[in-house]
Formats: sequence, structure tokens, C-alpha cells
Amino acid sequence: MSAVFNIALGIALIAALAWVFRLAGQKVTGNAPRFRDMPFGVAFGYILGALVLVWLIWAFVQSRSADLVTANKFFFLGLAIKGFLLFAAAAWVFRLLGRHIGTAGTRKLFRTIPLTAAFGILVIIVYAILAIFANVIAPHGQDEILQGVAANIIPGSDPDFPLGTDQIGRDILSRLIYGAQNTVGIAFATTLLAFFIGGSLGFLAAVVGGWTDQILSRGVDVLMAIPSLIFALLLMTIASVWSSRLGIPLTVFMVLIIAVIDSTRVFRLARAVGQNIVVMDYIEAAKLRGEGMWYLVFKEILPNATAPLLAEFGLRFCFVFLTIAALSFLGVGIQPPLADWGTMVRDLAAFISYAQFAPLVATLPLLAAGAIALLTVAVNFVVDWMLQKSSGLKE
Amino acid sequence: MGNVLTIVLQRLAFGLITLLIVSMVIFIAVNLLPGDFAELILGQGATPEAVASIRHDLGLDQSLVTRYFGWLGGMLTGNLGTSFAQLNFQTNLGGGGGVTVAEQIAPRFANTMFLASVTAMIAVPIAVTLGILAALYRNTVFDRATNILTLSSISSPEFFMAYILILFLSVLNPILPSLSNIYDGMAFGERLEKTLLPALTLTLVVTAHMMRMTRAAIINLLASPYIEMARLKGMSPMRVIVKHALPNALAPIINVIALNLAYLVTGVVVVEVVFVYPGIGQLFVDSVKIRDIPVVQACCLIFAAAYILLNLTADILSTLSNPRLRHPK
Repeated sequence: MSAVFNIALGIALIAALAWVFRLAGQKVTGNAPRFRDMPFGVAFGYILGALVLVWLIWAFVQSRSADLVTANKFFFLGLAIKGFLLFAAAAWVFRLLGRHIGTAGTRKLFRTIPLTAAFGILVIIVYAILAIFANVIAPHGQDEILQGVAANIIPGSDPDFPLGTDQIGRDILSRLIYGAQNTVGIAFATTLLAFFIGGSLGFLAAVVGGWTDQILSRGVDVLMAIPSLIFALLLMTIASVWSSRLGIPLTVFMVLIIAVIDSTRVFRLARAVGQNIVVMDYIEAAKLRGEGMWYLVFKEILPNATAPLLAEFGLRFCFVFLTIAALSFLGVGIQPPLADWGTMVRDLAAFISYAQFAPLVATLPLLAAGAIALLTVAVNFVVDWMLQKSSGLKE
Repeated sequence: MGNVLTIVLQRLAFGLITLLIVSMVIFIAVNLLPGDFAELILGQGATPEAVASIRHDLGLDQSLVTRYFGWLGGMLTGNLGTSFAQLNFQTNLGGGGGVTVAEQIAPRFANTMFLASVTAMIAVPIAVTLGILAALYRNTVFDRATNILTLSSISSPEFFMAYILILFLSVLNPILPSLSNIYDGMAFGERLEKTLLPALTLTLVVTAHMMRMTRAAIINLLASPYIEMARLKGMSPMRVIVKHALPNALAPIINVIALNLAYLVTGVVVVEVVFVYPGIGQLFVDSVKIRDIPVVQACCLIFAAAYILLNLTADILSTLSNPRLRHPK
């Protein structure tokens, strides 16, 4: 009950401060319009924001204190603040570079780009480099059990293993880097497959129409009525029996299952976009020329549908990536010994309880989960910017 | 009024048909399993006689269509069959029947509903208030900060949010318990306390989406002439939004709330596993791992039914909140 009382007291205090702040502003500036017309809610917001900022600075100072108990308690907040500042600075520098280096087209693009989108592009580039060159960058193999090295080395205690080793003596840093290759690579392949299935069927439904369209659309309706994670889990149960019977890795089944489930969403969009294009005169002209179905779909419709499909690709990739991470986290996704972020989070999760006395150890599961979150956030920032740009929303 | 009634009835009929087809899809998917249940239950050391006897017990020697209607009938009357895991255990002890799927699911279903309703109670008011505020102070620092925050929380995986909350609210500052070990006969207050952390995690995920949609729905309306009129006659911005924009934005907002509650159904699975919350999602994942087909089938159908039902409610409510349909000329 005292917590509720404290919160109420805090709100009352902020409200009083806000009122004083507005009054003082009016008196000092001689009733400038900025303060005269300020609604009370805005003043409240300013005070709240200022208090949060002060608290964050205080927490940052606390995280650097000599007393180990206090320092550990604020370690994660300090880390988050440092990370935020670092990322913001990196994004700013990246945008500055983009404005001066490159072709005229990219320079123009970078002049209007918001900082969040620049951050998103930077993160995507870094992930792509990590994923493609994981074999070169990672110091050890992903499933290499290092000989003569202790298991469970605590992060920071051995300079050869900056993030330590796991319970059977594998280098965690290497596994994190390989995770980019496996998790992101598999998600990317799945999204491509989903787009191939959903896109071609969607355009087909738009071009042919009639019964084909009806059958495909109703089928998609039924598949979309089942929540996707639940359906994926059901099919994975069945696939796990098949995979042990046929000797095909479960991961292959997972890619197929998620691709089919997600292709239904792509189908909807491709069909809607395709139907708008099919009624155009140039399609009619191509039909009169006697062009075949293949030509119509890939040479006439696809080039005109790239913009919406590209934005959808980003969003779809996020969904697929999160679904795969969730499945792996639940233990039915990407299978060991492949290094994968979802599985790593599950395996390392128990370390969180050591946060009070060994904060570095507790960061490990959050690092793997954060790696997933960072990429999806980055992609979403870029897609958000692209959508805003293409819809011309200024408001 | 007859007009609305026809629309609602149409939607209801359509929902029922969808549910029927979905149950068919689930049934067919399960029957894609290689071999059949009998071989699965007995595993490696199956003798032909034992397989035949179990097949007869489970009714597997009947045709697919007969079995489907038998299963569907059982579902409707609450007889969901017997779980494989429980069956083996019980038969080994020499007992009969074993725990039925219905007995296993019922208490967990109640727990999940409790979690979902606590989440909804917290999330809906916060989301709508924040959405209105963001629409009111659009294009300010507040709006931009909430935009970045909500976009981040939508796109992070649920388990990331869950562990962050555990870290700050349970490990570093021991305010709430990180394990939700709920049992029967627990006092309401204690139960609520143990449910709060999973509910907060789900709130973070769901609120962001609802808030963004509320903001978008209100901003869409702000360009209309009657809002311009209200503003010109000197109304305060808050009154314009609450009295004129909000009632007209109700349909999309109700829709979004119902859709997000439907999303809760899926999100609940991961969160329940993180917090070891004894709900239906946890049971589902455990059964998936040990390939307990009857339980998986039943849980899947329940999840799908809840999902379809909530989508249906969204549809009907947004139809009902449209004054043009309620008062035809």
C-alpha cells in the first residue's frame, strides 16, 4: 500500500513543480507567449522529463561508485546508458559520413534521413558483415569444445575468452558471432522462400482470377485463422517425428513450415497489389501482344510492385526472425550443435539471478536476447522511415 | 435494426464455419504423422498384437471420417481424450483410464484466462491514455520518444522483455517474485502478486501496438471538417479530442484492442514458459516436446477457437459502434 501512496505523492509533487515552473516562466520572461499559452500537461511533461534525466545521470554516477554493492546494483542501467550514447554517436557519425561520401544519390538520401533510420542501416550492415564473415571473425569454431580450457570461465577473467566459456567449454563470443550466421541466415532464407511462395501465388491469383483466386484466397483465410506460433508448434511436433524417421534435420522442416505459414501474409499483399496493377493499360497491351503468364507476372507486375513488397519484406523478416527465435527458445527450433541466439538465451537464462554480485555473468543471456532485439528494432526503424517516405506523410 | 442483426448473424455463421474448417485442418495435420498413435505410444518394442490392441482401444481401426466426427463430438461435449503421458504412467501402475486431457487443461485454462485478464486491465487504459496524449502532443519530443520506445518494444522478442523485467524488478530490486508458482486455493492477493510480472511483460508488448493504433486512428480524424469547426469555435485541444475525435475513433480502437487480446493468446506461450506460469501455453509447449498428440491437438484447437472468437468479437463490436449502421435512414 505504501508503494501506491509514494507514487501518488510523487505525482502530486511533480504537478506542484510544474505549476511553479510555468508561473516562474511567465514572471521571468514577462508573459512570453511560450509560457502564457503553455497547457498544464506540457509543463508537467517538461518537469517529468527533467526528473527522469536527472535520475538517469544520478544512476550513471552510482554505477561508477567505488562501493561494489551500489555499483553492481546500477551496473545494468549504466551499461544501457553507455550503450545508448555509443549507438547514438555511431549513428550520427555514420550519417555524417553518408552525407559526404558516396554517389550523389546516396548523399541526397542521407541528408534527410532521421537518426533512427541511420542507426538501423548501420546495425543491418554490421550484422550482415558478421553473418557473412563469421568464419573469419570468430576466434574459435561454433561447436568446438576447446581442449585444455576450463568450462564455465567467468566473463572478463581470461583475456583469451572475453565472454568466457559455456558449460562444456565452448567459447561464448564465437558462438554469439556464429549465431548471427545461423539465426539471421536461416531467417533470411525462410523469408525469401515465403516471398517466393506467397508472391508468385498472389500474383497468379490476381492475374488469373476466377476459381483459382477463390480457392487460393479461401485456403489462405483458413490458414490465417490459426495463430501462427501455435500452428508452427503443432506442425513442428509432427515434423519432429518425420525428421527422426527420414533422417532429415529438423531445421529444414522448420524453414519449410514457417515459410508456408508466413507466405499467407505475403499472398494477401501480393494479391492486393497485383489486382491494382492488372487493370492497367500496359497489362492489357501485353495480353493483346500474346505474352504468356510467366512474362506477365515477372516482367510486368513484379517491377511495379517492388516498393510495397520491399517494405513488407523487412517486416516479414522481423516476424520470421522472432518466430524462429521463439521456437528455438522453447527448444523446438534450430537444433544444437548449431549456435543460435534463442537457444543460448534459454541455456544461459539461469545466470540472471547472479546479477547482484556478478553482473558480467548476468549480462550473457541478455546479450544473446539483446542481439535479437537490436536487429529487429533496426529493421523496424528502417521500414518505418521507408513507409513514411513513400506515403509522403508529413502531417 | 434488422440490418445490424443480419450482419451480426452472418459474421457469427462465418466464424462457426471457419472454426469447423480449422478443426479439420488440425485433424488432418495430426494424421500426417508417420505410422499412427499406437506405434508412437509403444515406441521401439512394439509387438503387432499390442499395436492392434491399442489401435482398437483408441478407435484407430475406423475410417478417417468416422474418427474426425468422433473427435469433434468429443470436443463439443468436453471429452478431449486421454493424454499419452498420463496413459502410460497410469497403465504402468496398474490403474485404469488415467487423467483425461480435459482434467489437465481445465485448471490451466482458468490460470491463463486470469493472466490475460490482468494484462488487459493494465494494458487497455494505459494504451488508450498514452495514445490520446501522443495524438494531442504529436510531433513533439514526447511523441517522438514514445514512438521510438513503442517501436522498440513491439519489435523485441517477448523473452527479452521478460528477462529485463526479471533483472530489474526481481533480482536487483526484489519487489516481485520471478517464478509464478500458482496453485489451487491460493489467496487472491498472493495470486495477483505472482501473476504481476508475466502480466507486466505482456502489457509492455501489447500496449505499444494498441497505443500506436489509437494515435493513428485519432490523427486520421483530426483532418476532418468538424474537428476544424470545433477548434475554430475555441475549444481546447483536449476537449476536441475527447468529445469529438474519440467517439468517432472508437470503432478502430475497439478493433485494435480485440485484435491485441487475440495476440495475447499467442504471446502467452513464451511468457508462461519464462515465468513457469502453470497455464495452457506451458502445457502446450511441454506436450509438444514429448509429442503428446491428444493434448497438443486439444490445446491447438482451444487457442485457435479463442483467436477466432476474439477476431469475431472485434468484427461485431466495430460494426455495432458504427452509428450509420445502428440508425439506418
